[in-house]
Amino acid sequence: MMAAVQSAPAATKRRAGRAELSDRSRSERRLGLLLSAPAVIVMLLVTAYPLLNALYLSLFRYRITAPDDKKFVGLSNYWTALSDPLFWQNVFTTFIITFATVAVELVIGFGLAMVMHRALFARRTVRTAILLPYGIVTVISAFAWRYAFDLQSGFVNSWFGLGDYAWFSGRWSSLFVIVLSEIWKTTPFVSLLLLAGLAQVPNDLGEAATVDGATAWQRLRRVTIPNMKAAILVAVLFRTLDAWRIFDNVYIMTSGQQKTQTLSFLTYQQTITRTAIGLGDAVGVLLFLSVVLIAVVFIRGFRVDLSQVRGDR
Amino acid sequence: MVERIGRRPGRVMRAERIARRRAIPPDRHAPPDRRMRRSLPPLRAAVALTLLAGGLAACSGGGGGTPTLNWYINPDDGGQAKLAASCTKASGGKYKIKTSVLPNDATQQREQLVRRLAAKDSGLDIMSLDPVFVAEVANAGFLRPFTAAESKQFTDGVFPPAVQSSTWEGKLYAAPFWANTQLLWYRKSAAQKAGVDPSAPDFTWDKMIDAAVRTNTTVAAQGNRYEGYMVWINALISSAGGRIISDAEKGADATIEIDSPAGRQAATIIRKLARSKAASPTLSTDIEEQARSVLNGSRGGFMINWGYIWRAENGDAKAGVINKNIPADLGWARYPKVNANQDSKPPFGGIELGIGGYGKYRDTLAVDAVRCITTPENMKQYMIDTGNPAARAVVYDDPQIKKEFPMAGLIRDSINAASPRPITPYYTDVSGAVQSRWHPPASVDPNSTPRRSETFIRQVLRDQALL
Repeated sequence: MMAAVQSAPAATKRRAGRAELSDRSRSERRLGLLLSAPAVIVMLLVTAYPLLNALYLSLFRYRITAPDDKKFVGLSNYWTALSDPLFWQNVFTTFIITFATVAVELVIGFGLAMVMHRALFARRTVRTAILLPYGIVTVISAFAWRYAFDLQSGFVNSWFGLGDYAWFSGRWSSLFVIVLSEIWKTTPFVSLLLLAGLAQVPNDLGEAATVDGATAWQRLRRVTIPNMKAAILVAVLFRTLDAWRIFDNVYIMTSGQQKTQTLSFLTYQQTITRTAIGLGDAVGVLLFLSVVLIAVVFIRGFRVDLSQVRGDR
Repeated sequence: MVERIGRRPGRVMRAERIARRRAIPPDRHAPPDRRMRRSLPPLRAAVALTLLAGGLAACSGGGGGTPTLNWYINPDDGGQAKLAASCTKASGGKYKIKTSVLPNDATQQREQLVRRLAAKDSGLDIMSLDPVFVAEVANAGFLRPFTAAESKQFTDGVFPPAVQSSTWEGKLYAAPFWANTQLLWYRKSAAQKAGVDPSAPDFTWDKMIDAAVRTNTTVAAQGNRYEGYMVWINALISSAGGRIISDAEKGADATIEIDSPAGRQAATIIRKLARSKAASPTLSTDIEEQARSVLNGSRGGFMINWGYIWRAENGDAKAGVINKNIPADLGWARYPKVNANQDSKPPFGGIELGIGGYGKYRDTLAVDAVRCITTPENMKQYMIDTGNPAARAVVYDDPQIKKEFPMAGLIRDSINAASPRPITPYYTDVSGAVQSRWHPPASVDPNSTPRRSETFIRQVLRDQALL
């Protein structure tokens, strides 16, 4: 999220640089800066300070419960983290979850967006029904899914005749449930962003293509999708950043067991559970850097224009 | 706002209309004045009460009024809240104890307490601490140590493992409140079918697992990656005559001894059970309650679990949740041995009461309150209310206790013989490192797991590895 906020002015600047600024647009820009200043200051207070503090603390060997043993260790916490196989195992797990959820969500989300877009009757009901999972607190949905797949309280095994198959006793089956619940929970978000994109595609284009004899599939591939590329990329970016920081589902369902620990969970484990503030902050900073990297890759590499999400073209 | 509606004549604003509609649907046709008056008293009272409560909370112990002591408790179905009320009453207006419930899981309880204490929370007067965390918070200076005179009172007639767990560097930092231990619970019918006597002096883990496999029953244990699994591992290692760590006072430089014959024996047992038919299918995620439901299931045989089982089983049978005949079929024995010629060392648990190092009344009222909570009478009351065993041995001779808990004598002897988990300020690291290398139970290998966990504990203690 932070990265997205930081990059927004950058994108504006790039665009502004292209053309000569008129007096009016210059003063508009000044007004814009002034209006956003309070928000920026608050952001700096609540995010920049903790971030810098974390950076500073990550250079120490420091535990809350052993305050006298605080010792400056330079970058060695980073080295410990980066050379630990557990860190890379967690990176891999996080990647799997991110990749699987974003890919599936994009496909299902697109379908749902089409449904919401095209619904002829009961539009509001359809939209509400589709958006409902997104309104549920993640922790609660995580518990619901956990209990559904639980051997003693769950119904999944009896529905599918799986006997006493223990879902949370294996890595891949656990990840499967985590991914499934994540998809169920956040697909509505994707479909909402895609719906905004769909609404932006002018109807005339589709009609013109129909007149030219394009099939529905061709219209979708050649007209609709290219015209909403920006919305798709924004959806993918937001979801990737969210999925990369997944915590709740893992915490509730497996507590990181069976090698389902993600990067956020690893940070939590070091900082909160072990109270190893230095080491935990180092992992946290690495997590933050990876988030920034993803954002940069998307924004620079795929040229995501974040202003698209507002719907102005 | 409500009051203003009553006073203001004439124009009615939208919000007020809504408020009226909500507040007084029954006699909509009464004149506005009367309507308001009728509906007001309850509303006014509610507002006044809320304000009063807020005010009380804000000035707790400040100027006037009875000083309030905040007691952070582990969830226990109201037993501690009841004691808080009775000690408040007994104090004759000197103090008032208010309880706040901590999360369910011991690790999460610690997380919350440590966070508060690290922020020097002055509103944390008394806390219910799991024994394994006393050393950590004491070492950090978060607890107020008891004076020698106070200590004598709090340790008089208390089980040695409880005192040991509450002591750090020679000082008592917490008052033992209740003590827990695990027993071997079994279905008498299953033991009979297998032809074994779990109370026999030569009853070992090996015999138990073999018996269960032979009769297609289960041995339920806590194999989830959590503190309960550590309890099991530690009990096995101690029962085999070993220990996980020594010289704990050295903190990060303590001696790690898990790679020992005892460690390897413990690993052998866990592996044998986890890979046998006798294991619960979800052993690697089972906690206490799942183990209990395995025992109650169709293949129920044996189970290691805490003392709360007796109450829980009887309660469930009465409520119709489980088969009514199960309590009559439920047997108990001391924790199984690892070696037939060596007494077992059952696990030790329970709750110790610590006094926050930053509370306003840490030297005065908080000590009084802890003294009241831990009297033998209150311990007995608590044991009867919740089924959690008292920390003072004398309670177990009480006829009422003997009647309520037929296994009271066994619990007392087990706690006396129990072996606490490592007492070290780095307990969370030690426990987390052991769990990480010993989980899942089926992956445990006596030839490598103890050795690998020894190296890993050392690395974690020195911040050379993530956990």
